[in-house]
Amino acid sequence: MHIVDGALSVPVLVSGAVLAVVGVFIGLKKMDYDHLPLVGVLASVFFIASYIHLPLGFSSVHLIMNGLLGIILGWVAFPALLVALLLQVIFFGFGGLLVLGVNTVNIALPAVIIYYLCYKGIRHESAKVAAIWGAIGGAGAIIITSVMVAFSLALSGESFVLAAKAVLPAHIPIMIVEGFVSYAAVYLIHTVKPEFITKEKS
Amino acid sequence: MSQGLEHSLTSWSGQALKHQASWIDAIDARVRVVCSGLFALVVVLSSQFAPTLLGLIAAFVLVKSSKLNIKRTLRRVIAMDLFMLTLICILPFTTPGDVMFSVFGLAASWQGLSHALLITIKANAVLLVLFSLVATMSASTLGHALAHLKVPDKLVHLMLFMVRYLDVISQEYKKMRRAMQARAFVLRTNRHTWKSIGYLFGMLLIRSVERAERISDAMKCRGFCGRYYLNDDMKMGRIDIIFGVCVMCFLILLIGLNIDDLFK
Repeated sequence: MHIVDGALSVPVLVSGAVLAVVGVFIGLKKMDYDHLPLVGVLASVFFIASYIHLPLGFSSVHLIMNGLLGIILGWVAFPALLVALLLQVIFFGFGGLLVLGVNTVNIALPAVIIYYLCYKGIRHESAKVAAIWGAIGGAGAIIITSVMVAFSLALSGESFVLAAKAVLPAHIPIMIVEGFVSYAAVYLIHTVKPEFITKEKS
Repeated sequence: MSQGLEHSLTSWSGQALKHQASWIDAIDARVRVVCSGLFALVVVLSSQFAPTLLGLIAAFVLVKSSKLNIKRTLRRVIAMDLFMLTLICILPFTTPGDVMFSVFGLAASWQGLSHALLITIKANAVLLVLFSLVATMSASTLGHALAHLKVPDKLVHLMLFMVRYLDVISQEYKKMRRAMQARAFVLRTNRHTWKSIGYLFGMLLIRSVERAERISDAMKCRGFCGRYYLNDDMKMGRIDIIFGVCVMCFLILLIGLNIDDLFK
């Protein structure tokens, strides 16, 4: 998931950084200081989601949950994910410093797209229908993310095309798991605390 | 492997990497952040082996002098290198160039191997410098340094909040996991596991949102008016300037090595 430093070409790095700056700027505009505790706490929830490892056959996958984050935070997902990724690079060594922009866009842009796609569906009165939209969001975000990772690799040079093609099938299991997990999570939230999803309507 | 990593992640609450006191701790946080950023920029953009290798050596020197635990530091880097290993296996076959050897009619090229090695060296050098210069300060110091470097206030606040609540949320998560374990829940590859983890995650979200509301109320009750005050005024001392100048000279040397090769 995390692309490391040195692999991507300069144009890809620069365009990733520019897109990330724009996204973070919009996100910061939409977030006021009153929301700060909420966004901070939610960002840490998603930080923790990334170390929930689920077994899958002989190996394991970790959750990403950017779809659900997007559904809840919208554009604010950009600054939240930027900070989370920055901390992961510096203190844990996942990813790289100069590719931070590309990595942020690859994870946060799908979150925003899912926000707009599932905005209506997730607010459906029936918990089942809302949960299905949650599953679509969870799985969809992974598809978009993997396509974007593949593109940023493929655009960086001919020699990465094979690696880019390998990215897509590698993400299919994660996609299925995230779909089921998101379904259950949205179903639970809808049953236990529906105002959590619906209150942002106003 | 992943077990060891998981442990280090779950118990992190914003503290610096474990290390003994060294002269690097005395350097101003802003200088360290800026220097490592510029270092990453120069090393990643170099196209030759000599400057990247020099960068890697410098990174090792910094790790050694910051007195980080060498074993632990290397373990963190190796997680990434395992990923790089696959790249080293793939790239020679997909890059056209002089044939090194061929397997099943697929030719492996020297150019591909050198490209993969170059990426590996760059990624390692950047991470090691980040560990030695930036990760040796606590996350809140890093936040303050970023604020002094004119990073948007809200972003810094977000980071400080996140660092503070990571530990709290992670304990909440561990508590719920323990409760599941007490009821004999074992992670497997089936829908029951995914559903249960989904419920766990949804519950975690709900509890955190409720906690965020309580935090927000408690902060307002104490007169929070939308900003933190950064009370530490960071001052540049002599050691900061000396260190900064040394790093700049080294980076100019690396840039020079690149330019030299361009004209050949």
